Amino acid sequence: MADQKAASDALVSIPALLARNVEEHGAKAAYREKEYGIWQSWTWEEAARQIEDLALGFLSLGINRGDFVAIIGRNRPYLYWAMVAAQSVGAVPVPLYQDANAEEMAYVLGHCGARFVVVDDQEQVDKVIEVQDQLHQFEHLVYLDPRGMRKYDHSHLHQYSHIQAIGRAAYDEFNPSLERRLGEITYDTTCVMLYTSGTTGKPKGVVLSNRNVIETSRSSAEFDHLTADEEVLAYLPMAWVGDFIFSVGQAYWTGFCVNCPESADTMMTDLREIGPTYYFAPPRFFETQLTSVMIRMEDAGRFKKWLFHHYMAIARKVGPAILDGKPVSAMDRVRYALGNLFVYGPLKNTLGLSRVRVGYTAGEAIGPEIFEFYRSLGINLKQLYGQTEATVFITQQPDGEVRADTVGIPSPGVEVEIRDNGEVYYRSPGVFEEYYKNPESTADTKDAEGWVATGDAGFFEEGSGHLRIIDRAKDVGKMADGRLFAPKYVENKLKFYPNILEAVVFGAGREMCTAFINIDLTAVGNWAERNNIAYASYQELAAHPEVYATVQKHVEEVNESVAQDEMLSGCQIHRFLILHKELDADDGELTRTRKVRRRIIEEKYADLITALYDGSKEIFTETEVTYEDGRKGSISATLEIRDVKVLPTSQRMAAQ
Amino acid sequence: MSSLTHKDTPPADGYVTEDGRTIGGVMMEMKHITLRFGGVVAIQDISFDIREGEIRAIIGPNGAGKSSMLNVMSGFYVPSEGEVWFRGRKRPPMKPFQVAQQGLARTFQNIALFKGMSTLDNIMTGRVTLMKTGLLSQAIWWGKAQHEESEHREKVEEIIDFLEIQAIRKTPVGRLPYGLQKRVELGRALAAEPKLLLLDEPMAGMNVEEKEDMSRFILDVNDEFGTTIALIEHDMGVVMDLSDRVVVMDYGKKIGDGTPDEVRNNKAVIDAYLGVAHD
Repeated sequence: MADQKAASDALVSIPALLARNVEEHGAKAAYREKEYGIWQSWTWEEAARQIEDLALGFLSLGINRGDFVAIIGRNRPYLYWAMVAAQSVGAVPVPLYQDANAEEMAYVLGHCGARFVVVDDQEQVDKVIEVQDQLHQFEHLVYLDPRGMRKYDHSHLHQYSHIQAIGRAAYDEFNPSLERRLGEITYDTTCVMLYTSGTTGKPKGVVLSNRNVIETSRSSAEFDHLTADEEVLAYLPMAWVGDFIFSVGQAYWTGFCVNCPESADTMMTDLREIGPTYYFAPPRFFETQLTSVMIRMEDAGRFKKWLFHHYMAIARKVGPAILDGKPVSAMDRVRYALGNLFVYGPLKNTLGLSRVRVGYTAGEAIGPEIFEFYRSLGINLKQLYGQTEATVFITQQPDGEVRADTVGIPSPGVEVEIRDNGEVYYRSPGVFEEYYKNPESTADTKDAEGWVATGDAGFFEEGSGHLRIIDRAKDVGKMADGRLFAPKYVENKLKFYPNILEAVVFGAGREMCTAFINIDLTAVGNWAERNNIAYASYQELAAHPEVYATVQKHVEEVNESVAQDEMLSGCQIHRFLILHKELDADDGELTRTRKVRRRIIEEKYADLITALYDGSKEIFTETEVTYEDGRKGSISATLEIRDVKVLPTSQRMAAQ
Repeated sequence: MSSLTHKDTPPADGYVTEDGRTIGGVMMEMKHITLRFGGVVAIQDISFDIREGEIRAIIGPNGAGKSSMLNVMSGFYVPSEGEVWFRGRKRPPMKPFQVAQQGLARTFQNIALFKGMSTLDNIMTGRVTLMKTGLLSQAIWWGKAQHEESEHREKVEEIIDFLEIQAIRKTPVGRLPYGLQKRVELGRALAAEPKLLLLDEPMAGMNVEEKEDMSRFILDVNDEFGTTIALIEHDMGVVMDLSDRVVVMDYGKKIGDGTPDEVRNNKAVIDAYLGVAHD
């Protein structure tokens, strides 16, 4: 590692790290992708050659320094190479969310003025062609999968492998220029531009420099002792900063192998086959996985059920302690070892998590029971808190200090402070350069000294020094009588129930809180099946009286738990309804990372909110929905509104 | 009754479709086909041709004799009268496997897959006519047979990739939803690398989304592999969007033949579909 430190002066870019990896790990697998049912792999040497060919190809198409190269598609080695190839020729890669519709795509492509677009397949090609008239700087479209593309006009359309072949053929002509451009890259050169999903307003282009990415990758890799032997599964959107850091930044820094699944549907199988050692998944993923385990256990035989529950009880008791290296009695250790043999081991194997050494979850709060479940199996699942503007890391949990309700201590090199209004601020080497073409927002977010506002309200826990996040700072409000209103805090508690997929709580400036609920079709559907309740659609199941009764019970339990917190006891839910449709990113109700867009929901369902507050027992409503292909339709329903038992709150708090 | 709306093109010549595809000469020609079951006349004196690279549809109301016609084309039924010409030769009565060896493959209206076998194995069975090694060496699975299997597996994997069914590769077919089973069946037909693909109601019983997917795949098969496709379909919308030329049948007779537009404006066709009283 010593010579790595010494050499780190020269390692100022991803292409530079690539060159080092070729030297140090040349024959080791750098990328794998499952295709045609077989894991295909590329060593660092082969990957470097692919990247070089593409970079030369870009040069032959006349790419300029500072051009933006948009990259759209699912996680594939070829698309990661396109990012590095773009960097090699002094251009800036801009990965986009592949499920974005044409309109969203047009905005981002137009905003950065991408001259080159590299896409996965025909679906993406069609979207780009649909909006190309709105784009003034757009010139070349490069696609990977030639299927269905034969009859397209190829004057500005190129197949990826052709560009590489052209680049290879023109090696002598363009290599000097490639060498020169590689030499020009510095620590301050832009490494990547990532568009934030934007819970409010239009997406913003976050510019990250090589310094941001490499410093962060280095310190976070050291924090968790990542080595060149790690295996990761790259399955989260390439446009998301986390994927860029895990699958590019840290992968190039340490030289570990990035595995790409065959398709989005095969992700679970591929996960099992790869058995990653370093793993990230959003809370929702762990929730879904746990729900499916529980559903399958319900269907299992009596003996298996007993075995599972018996050993899970032991695991819950001693598992986390063993993981944290705390003292555990010899007897318990023996019982845990037996459990590992019969239950935990096979279960972890089925989940594809047998080999996970470091696992992270972030983005949303994770239910304490879900979190404990994985920890008790012996999976080192931890939480981190971060955002695009910080190049991911703000705080993270060190091994041995892991808890469900905190997000850990400041990451190495990061300073964190809580300002008077409760908002969390940070300063670090990872702090972004700017929002592209948006100096106002940049100034609003980042001050002259480099402190960045997270927009989240939180506090440091006394004693442990761990950060706890309450809610989005702007969402934390006051109710009509002045009591504190923190919607996300309550929503998270609701979402911890497997039956509830999504919840939206209202109450800012009002005298009481109310909520919209989305049920989880998998969990509730399974329950319906077991209880012989027939249903044809989400809408029908959501309106079922027994489903309402179950949800009402959950809401009442949440109220009890909220009432215990003096600060937030005003946030108990008085009335709720179950929405007739699932909130969806295609309808703009969620962001592409599945965060609730409060303003849009408030506008769209204004009639329902009114009904929640005017005391009506039911409400008829009609809602516009957008299908995946962009067409619109509408659904109508009569929704029941239920009143919920609320515990008395102390008026003392209200007076303050 | 037999007023053909279709302007005849010489058999050797092709034509260019609206979307710019070049269609070749006649691949299969049905000449005056009549099919009787005892006293029941299922098909009565029908003639039409299918050209190289074309998507050709046969439509008609229930009981019009569409499936019987497909069975004649696939060689399952031998016509009582008339001739089937395939690639310039008159086809003698054949066993179904001989027809398959000629380059014909089909799917069925009521899915006919091996329910207990995986998607992969089901599609693999489509390659049976292309396997050259004998039963014994396949059973011992050594040397040439082993090599051959991996070659076939490669082809099958390409089809799995093409139809986007990687996630169900190892799933027993009986556990799959209907729409996916239909897709597996198409996969098995494709595995035979047919020159002419016969699809018997590929969209029956599907929801809108599944129909759109299936239409996409049919167009892609035609485009990517250059496979000629003849399909029977109920859903007029789908047929009109998909096919280059359409044969319309009613009560065992041909009442129209031509491009979708020609057929749509054909009085006999409108009558048959709207149920106007015959005089």
